[in-house]
Amino acid sequence: MLQILSKEFKSFLNSLIAYVVIGVFLVGMGLLAWVFPETSILDSGYADMFTLFSVAPFVFIFLVPAITMRSFAEERKSGTMEMLLTKPLSDWDIILGKFLASFLLVLFALLPTIVYYFSIYSLGNPIGNIDTSGVIGSYIGLILLAAIFCAVGIFASSITPNQIVAFVCAAFLCFIFFTGFDSLASLNFFSANALFIKQFGITYHYDSLSKGLIDSRDVLYFLSVIFVMLSITKLILGSRQW
Amino acid sequence: MSLQIQHVTKQYDQQKAVDDISFNVQEGEIVGFLGPNGAGKSTTMKMATCFLPPTSGDVIVAGFNVMENPMEVKKVTGYLPEHNPLYLDLYVHEYLEFIGGLYGIGGKVLKSRVGEMIERCGLTREQNKKIESLSKGYRQRIGLAQALLHDPKVLILDEPTSGLDPNQLIEIRKLIKEVSKNKTVIFSTHIMQEVQAICDRVVVINKGKIVADDSLQNLLQRSDAGVSVMVEFEGNVEANELSVLKGVIRVQEVSKGKFSVVAASGVDIRPELFRFAADKNLSLVGLKQEEASLESIFRDLTIVSTSIENEL
Repeated sequence: MLQILSKEFKSFLNSLIAYVVIGVFLVGMGLLAWVFPETSILDSGYADMFTLFSVAPFVFIFLVPAITMRSFAEERKSGTMEMLLTKPLSDWDIILGKFLASFLLVLFALLPTIVYYFSIYSLGNPIGNIDTSGVIGSYIGLILLAAIFCAVGIFASSITPNQIVAFVCAAFLCFIFFTGFDSLASLNFFSANALFIKQFGITYHYDSLSKGLIDSRDVLYFLSVIFVMLSITKLILGSRQW
Repeated sequence: MSLQIQHVTKQYDQQKAVDDISFNVQEGEIVGFLGPNGAGKSTTMKMATCFLPPTSGDVIVAGFNVMENPMEVKKVTGYLPEHNPLYLDLYVHEYLEFIGGLYGIGGKVLKSRVGEMIERCGLTREQNKKIESLSKGYRQRIGLAQALLHDPKVLILDEPTSGLDPNQLIEIRKLIKEVSKNKTVIFSTHIMQEVQAICDRVVVINKGKIVADDSLQNLLQRSDAGVSVMVEFEGNVEANELSVLKGVIRVQEVSKGKFSVVAASGVDIRPELFRFAADKNLSLVGLKQEEASLESIFRDLTIVSTSIENEL
């Protein structure tokens, strides 16, 4: 698994993918958080990181599928899948290696935004006037959300040899998971089960974590979605044996 | 016994890609796996490398069944797939180190193995280039290097020499022959000279069935059953005019006025053909008895069995 992880990560670095993803994410977030007046933290009057945590998921909806779309799709198209599957590796080695590599890349993109916290910390009036536990909770939520998106992306990439199809499917699924269930729950038709449906979506658990209260149920939700997505991927990968 | 294929069948929907084939390959043996396109060569190899499961039958590699012990099988086999898939965005040595890592080779051993393979496969000058910038011949060498990297007991090569220039061809053949001393090697090809150059034994497969499994010598002797003569006339000649000649078994029109005539063994039909031309007042512009080569055996084996099947 570690070999796959390091190889995948090397491919990200050898190609432009890593630099473009990290660069675009940081420039975009920087502009939104500090420059554009509508969303700028400096103009908002509140010493919080709401901008980052509310916009980042939407950026991830497009960015994460872009990272993961090639993982299995390209492997299938170029035939390297055959090479990989005839090496002494279990399917889980391959899936987890690829999943962790893309997750690691997203983490690297997210890491520099910690600077935002320290900036706001020292800009606050009085200094240090920021909800630290809220920020920590939000970061955990955002990281788990990125992990779900990676798992969804890996799954979408395994269903097709076409990268564009993989990208579109992954972006759509991420969108459904992030806001789709929430919006569905608000339909009149579902009013009786609104809360139940809401709990299928990421937003419900993400918001709960961002309050700074790290509830094991929320964390469990994230982990189980990741597990289910990767298990389906394993099933698809194993279907060659049928 | 290192590679045993026992009554293996692979069915894709309606079509049987491989139909109840059995053969063995011993340690130290190089076996050429021949057959026309779509005969089932690659499918058989994919089953022997655990990429595809056989529909029925057993494939046993170095004592391990591919269905029961795939991990063990994968560890002892080196496999070069047909289209030689590579990660184009990696550097040559980086790619080989990655492959070595998959086999659990690490540290200094890995470095020295990779260095050795790079040298043996003639990649020294290319080792710091990205694979995408290399030509087909070099990529083929990388494919071979990755198959040999972990010193496998069983080597399965699917068309290892396709796309190579004549010089590279000879080098790669030499390399295969060199490394095969204490290994079990099976490789598929449709280049007959190659088989002649390196194989001990030939397995010919056609339409999913084995049509020949014998040593080269025996196959060459067997082909004496028929002698093929290439004859070319200037003027109009019909194939059936030739087929009534004495001793002729089969006539095939190659192009206009050019025929491949097969006669019973021991009969020289060249004088007969000459007299035929003289009688009809035709100019005989070509007359050549073909040496019984693997190529003609291959053609006989695969075309004959195809025509039988069509008649059924």
